[in-house]
Amino acid sequence: MLLIRCPYCGPRAEIEFRGGGEAHIARPIDPAATSDAQWADFLFFRSNSRGPHAERWLHAYGCQRWFNAVRDTVSDRITTTYKSGEPRPR
Amino acid sequence: MKKYSIFSVIGNALSYHRNWQRAWRNPDPKPRYDAVIVGGGGHGLATAYYLAAEHGLRNIAVLEKGWIGGGNTGRNTTIIRSNYLYDESVHLYDHAVKLWADLSQVLNYNVMYSARGVMMLAHNTHDVQSFKRHIYANRLNGVDNEWLTPGEAKDFCPPLSLDPKARYAIVGAALQRRGGVARHDAVAWGYARAADALGVDIIQNCEVLEIRSDNSGAVERVVTSRGAIEVRKVGVVAAGHTSVVMGRAGLRMPLESFPLQALVSEPVKPIFPCVVMSNTVHAYISQSDRGELVIGAGTDQYVSYSQTGGLHVATHTLEAICELFPVFTRLRMLRNWGGIVDVTPDRSPIIGRTPVQGLYVNCGWGTGGFKATPGSGHVFAHTIAHDKEHPINAPFTLERFRTGRLIDEAAAAAVAH
Repeated sequence: MLLIRCPYCGPRAEIEFRGGGEAHIARPIDPAATSDAQWADFLFFRSNSRGPHAERWLHAYGCQRWFNAVRDTVSDRITTTYKSGEPRPR
Repeated sequence: MKKYSIFSVIGNALSYHRNWQRAWRNPDPKPRYDAVIVGGGGHGLATAYYLAAEHGLRNIAVLEKGWIGGGNTGRNTTIIRSNYLYDESVHLYDHAVKLWADLSQVLNYNVMYSARGVMMLAHNTHDVQSFKRHIYANRLNGVDNEWLTPGEAKDFCPPLSLDPKARYAIVGAALQRRGGVARHDAVAWGYARAADALGVDIIQNCEVLEIRSDNSGAVERVVTSRGAIEVRKVGVVAAGHTSVVMGRAGLRMPLESFPLQALVSEPVKPIFPCVVMSNTVHAYISQSDRGELVIGAGTDQYVSYSQTGGLHVATHTLEAICELFPVFTRLRMLRNWGGIVDVTPDRSPIIGRTPVQGLYVNCGWGTGGFKATPGSGHVFAHTIAHDKEHPINAPFTLERFRTGRLIDEAAAAAVAH
């Protein structure tokens, strides 16, 4: 089980959270002007990175706020967490 | 290849089993092949076997990063069934079940396919309606599936508890009698041995580092940890690592890789006659011929390549098992492990061509690929040999995510997604 540091509440057990998948995927601003391929890329295609992976988490059984984390998908170690809307740390 | 038979067992017994032929060779990669399969699991080895046996491609190789059958083929709970909802899925999975029936004879290798029945438990009104819909859909497609009352379910699987006070009491079950289990390692080894006998090079400890295309955008070479190979047809069958391998050809995939756990108990005498699955409480269980209870748990909620999952996921499944089968409450668990499963958005696999000419992909089997091993290899070999999808896998192309013709089997899959 992961130990996840919520940017609002501090470190908590994984069972308090819901995973929200890959972070920083922007919905196309004008769907009508978006090609089928671009729309499919937005909806379905994912980086599925082996290594550092930016992902969304919801502190469902805590503050109920969304935030982002960077986690290494080989070691499952979370290197950093940050609030939604902030850029991905380098 | 020397045939396995009762006479070869007796003959080799006389020489104290010192002279058995190696099951497959251990060749070095050649500089040029007609086709290369990336990934030496069950699906990849089956693909190579059918390419050689049915399509006459003999100058081919299977490249495996580790050892054959060391990924999900050796990590799954070996359940075989074809009681899927949609026509496309039923055709695909039942194609495999038909091939399982005589696979041991075809390969001259005992894959220990045992059609002992797969029973899926219903715990509430939604389950009953969903399972009956599956049963009728399956029957329209000529696939066996029948409804059992709780009493009939108990007769079919005596360890089952029908306690009406249980949190999720059993109100019925769907049974596919042709479903069952097989010996997972033997499937990889059987296909490897049969493919090797037809001239296929099975190259282990050989990682594909790059898949290069020529100026026209067609595959011309793969660069591996054991040298470059000139090849015009490459089939990627890399399960959880498909996104990584396809990334080396410059392609993104509609996949996410999650850890899926399984565990086995200490071995006990034969007690469990069939396979039982429950989507609602999330547990599935069967007994291996060694006597271990083989139990499947769920996926973790995050992308990972770690081949380990959270203990709370396995605990959840064991709690469900103990409620369904109180007789197992005091059994100890012997081992647990994780495999990395590649899951598509519609929970159906991707088998077909890709935007790169000569590059083919067979992936996205998610939490239930083992059952499809023979059928998957069979239709994928056809796709590679003819550069065109077989009618069975034509609906399962990568293209469906752009056209929107998804095959949304999430409700039919064994594991609650």
